[in-house]
Formats: sequence, structure tokens, C-alpha cells
Amino acid sequence: MIKLKGIKKFYKTKTGLVNALNGIDLEVNKGDIFGVIGYSGAGKSTLIRLINMLEKPSEGRINVDGSEMSTLSKKALRDARKQIGMIFQHFNLLWSRNVKDNIAFPLEIAGVPKRERERKVKELIHLVGLEGRESAYPSQLSGGQKQRVGIARALANDPKVLLCDEATSALDPKTTEAILDLLVDINQKLGLTIILITHEMHVIKKICHQVAVIDNGIIVEEGEVLDVFRSPQMAITKDFVKQVTSDSESEEAVKLIKQTYPSATIARLTFAGEAANRPVISELLKQEAIDVNLLEGNLSQTQRGALGTLTLLLDGEAPKVKDAITFVENQGVVVEVIQHASEPVS
Amino acid sequence: MLQNLFPNADWAEIWKAIIDTLYMTAISVVATFILGIILGLLLFVTAKGNMFENVVIYKCVSAIVNIFRSIPFIILIILLIPFTMIIVGTMLGSTAALPALIIGSAPFYARLVEIALREIDKGVIEAAQAMGANKWQIIWKVLLPESMPALVSGITVTSIALVGFTAMAGAIGAGGLGTLAYMDGYQRGNRDVTLLSTIFILIIVFILQIIGDYMTKRLDKR
Repeated sequence: MIKLKGIKKFYKTKTGLVNALNGIDLEVNKGDIFGVIGYSGAGKSTLIRLINMLEKPSEGRINVDGSEMSTLSKKALRDARKQIGMIFQHFNLLWSRNVKDNIAFPLEIAGVPKRERERKVKELIHLVGLEGRESAYPSQLSGGQKQRVGIARALANDPKVLLCDEATSALDPKTTEAILDLLVDINQKLGLTIILITHEMHVIKKICHQVAVIDNGIIVEEGEVLDVFRSPQMAITKDFVKQVTSDSESEEAVKLIKQTYPSATIARLTFAGEAANRPVISELLKQEAIDVNLLEGNLSQTQRGALGTLTLLLDGEAPKVKDAITFVENQGVVVEVIQHASEPVS
Repeated sequence: MLQNLFPNADWAEIWKAIIDTLYMTAISVVATFILGIILGLLLFVTAKGNMFENVVIYKCVSAIVNIFRSIPFIILIILLIPFTMIIVGTMLGSTAALPALIIGSAPFYARLVEIALREIDKGVIEAAQAMGANKWQIIWKVLLPESMPALVSGITVTSIALVGFTAMAGAIGAGGLGTLAYMDGYQRGNRDVTLLSTIFILIIVFILQIIGDYMTKRLDKR
């Protein structure tokens, strides 16, 4: 659906050339929710703006649904943009128009007749759950409601692609959840391809099918969300994964346990998809004669299955502990040993 | 009682003077509003980083605006006499004051328009571009409606300055309350007529301010 090939983007500034993007290759399949995650300044904002040509690439090709974006005439580009909806961190609604008229705005631009516009606006207000607020002005709406207007507006011309530029970053956690649910809902109902950029791994975990990690203008890691969570390769990816699989409080707890039992083995198990649903631990206990102490656990749902982590304290004879770890690994669980048992002093 | 307070007032004259002042103000406000928005838009869209970025046009318009904004109004009227003679055919009367009034205030208003447009959130313009809006649609559907409260409060300020300009124009024969205060009041030593003219000018100014404030408030949905 969307193909980026060899994308580079430089900016000229007073102090010289700044490389925002250093060669990006990316492919997004139809109907997928594709997340791009990176810290601020990594180039993700530039990346998403290239897809609808709000920024022009310095090098490389962008293909959206078969049309080569950089070669389009101005008129053809405007028509292509009507097929690509976009929502923004700060909503970017027209404050001089009420909810209805904000949603009708892209339809007016596309020259849709008044009657048809009214019908479509009604349908969209229902889709995003804003019934009863049609005549409110943006200043009278909450952040979540504003983003709902933004989403309705982005969907007005029945686009095939929706670009989300940090769409939930200005919202509180509860509202974020609701907006993410709405995005999944429209992805499924309308078969829309969604590309979103964010700095919150939580957003990726909750709604994305595919993820790309961007750092310093290049994609350092890419893949199925579950795979990336199960075995992140790069340090930056591990940092992002940590955002959702462990909170600082449990890190503290593990630290304390390490001090209390300096001679035990402590391992973090990451279950993803199929493995999360199997009784791995009970099988382990039947198999190996060791003691298992559960230190910390966490289970969450992604679009492609469950994702869980367990931090265990394994106590027993060294070879048996080793066997136990091998056994767990063979069940398709990723094991990271945080602390190795020290040799018993005897 | 009024006869005692203002013994030299000729009420028919005063009434005619009020009408002349209102006529000059109304026509020049409307013309300034249109011309100022055109110039202000031109300044905004040709400025660096905007839709029709064009250094040459920007610099030219900017220079013209600055020059006409800097010439003291009373001198501008005199400088414009040949121009006025060509388009109006006379240099006396209310209509003859209009070219100078409009040329004197449109550049001032143009700057206010430019400032108002610059206040618009760039993200909103970007959103419109992302929807496939062309440049005219952005001007008509985004730039003008989103800046309308500031455009209206700007024209309120400008129209009050314009009432002052009509009085100055009055001193060299444009008619209206300025002429009344200067010719009948100052030159004939009728202080009561000067005072009366001042009172009516103040009333006009207050009414303009009230209308402007009301409209700005109505338009502003932020």
C-alpha cells in the first residue's frame, strides 16, 4: 500500500546541512496498523509528513497506493491527498467552525454538494461518537472530543490511508485508551491502513500490527509487534520495550530481591502469543525438582496476541536450574537471566 | 436650554456636518477594509516560508506600505491633490477627501491584517494542505475566517483613526465636523461650536468602538 525507498531528507540551516532522514526503506501492507516509534528528534515527524508530501524528500521515492507521490503535478497531488487522511497531536481544528462544519471542511474542499455533505457528516459524527455535540465549537470540547472531530474530519473523503502524527500525545491516559480503541475500530470497520508515529511504546503495543524503531534518521529495527517485544535486538528497542513490560516499581522490587538472595538465579521470562496461553510454569514444576518463587508478573494484550513477562527466582541445584531454563526456552519463551547463582561456598 | 449653552450653533449646519463626517468615515472604512485585507494578504502570503513566497513582491509591497504609513496625513492630502483632481475632479468637499483618507489608512490597516494572519496556527494551514486544499481555498476558508475577530478589531481601531483624519481633512475644506470646528469655531472665535463639534466626534468614536467590540466578541469562538 505504501512504499518508501531510499528516502533521505536534508534541511539547510544557518549552521549547515542537517540530516533528518538518512535512507529509509519501508513497506506498509494494506489494512495494517503500522507504528513508527522514536525519541523526539529521531525524524519520525518528518517521515510521516513525507507520505502526504507536506515535506518533500531530498532523495528517494514514495509510493502510496500505486501513485508515485513525488512525480505528481500540484493538482494530482491535491487529489491524492484527499485519499490520505491525517490527524495531529494538537488536533488543528478550525476554531471558527463548529464540530459539524469542521467535519464538513474537507468535503467542501473536495467540492461535495451540500446535501451529500450533510449526510456524510451525520454518519461520521455517529462513527466517532459525538452525537449531541454537532453545534459545539472546538473551544467547548475536551481534548478527546477534539481528536474525535479530527478523526471524523480525516475520514470524511473516505481515505485509504490514515496518518496519525502523535495523535494521543496530548491526551490523558484514559482518553488515549478511548482514542486508540476508536482507531482499531475504524481500522477493522473500514479496512483502513493506519500509519502512526509516537514516542509511547504503550500505543504500539495496544494497537499496532507492525512496528519500526527510528533513531537518528534511520530505521534500526522493524517487524511484527509481538516479535519485537519478545526479542528486541537494539538497545533503544529494549528501552522502549521496558516502557511497557516493567515499571520502575517492580524494577526496585527485583533489585531488593537480588540483595536478599544473592546466591539465587533470577530470570525474566517473556511470553508472546501462543506461549502466553500455555501453563509453562506448572509443567516446569512437574518436570524439574526446583523451587520457583514468583517475583513479578505482567500480562497485556496486543493486536496479535497476548504478551506477558514473569520474573522468577529459581532455587535448586545448579544443573537442575540450568535444565529448567532450557526447558522453558524450548516452550517458545524468551529467557533473560538477570542474576546467575553464585557457586555455593562449601 | 441648548440655545443658551451654544448660542452660535446653527443646528442645520451641524446636522449637515455630522452627515458629511459619517459619509467620509463610512466610505473610507469600507474601502480601507477591502484594500487593507488585499495588501495584508499579499504581505502575508509572499513572506518567507509562506504559500506564495516571493521576496521581490514582499519587499515592494512592504516599502509602499511603510512609505504611506509614515507620511503625516495633513501632508499626504496636499501631496495627493493632483491625484484627487484627476479622479474626483475637485479638491473640495467630502468626496474629494476620500482618496487621501483611503490611501492614508489602508497601509496602516494592511499591517494589522498581516499581524492577524501571522497569529493563525500554522498547524491549521498544514491540516488544510493535507486535505488537498488549494491556495485560494486556504485563503477563503482558513486564513480569512480564522483571523476574522482580529481583522474586525483592527478595522475598529483604524476607523477611529479615520474619524480623526476626516477632521484634519476638514481643515482644508473637506466639510464635516472638522470644517465646522475650524471654520465656524476657531476662525470666527465661536468656542461653543468647536466644543459641539468635539462632542459629536466623540459620540461617533464611542459608537464605532461599541459596534467593533460587539462584533469581535460575536465572531470570536476561541
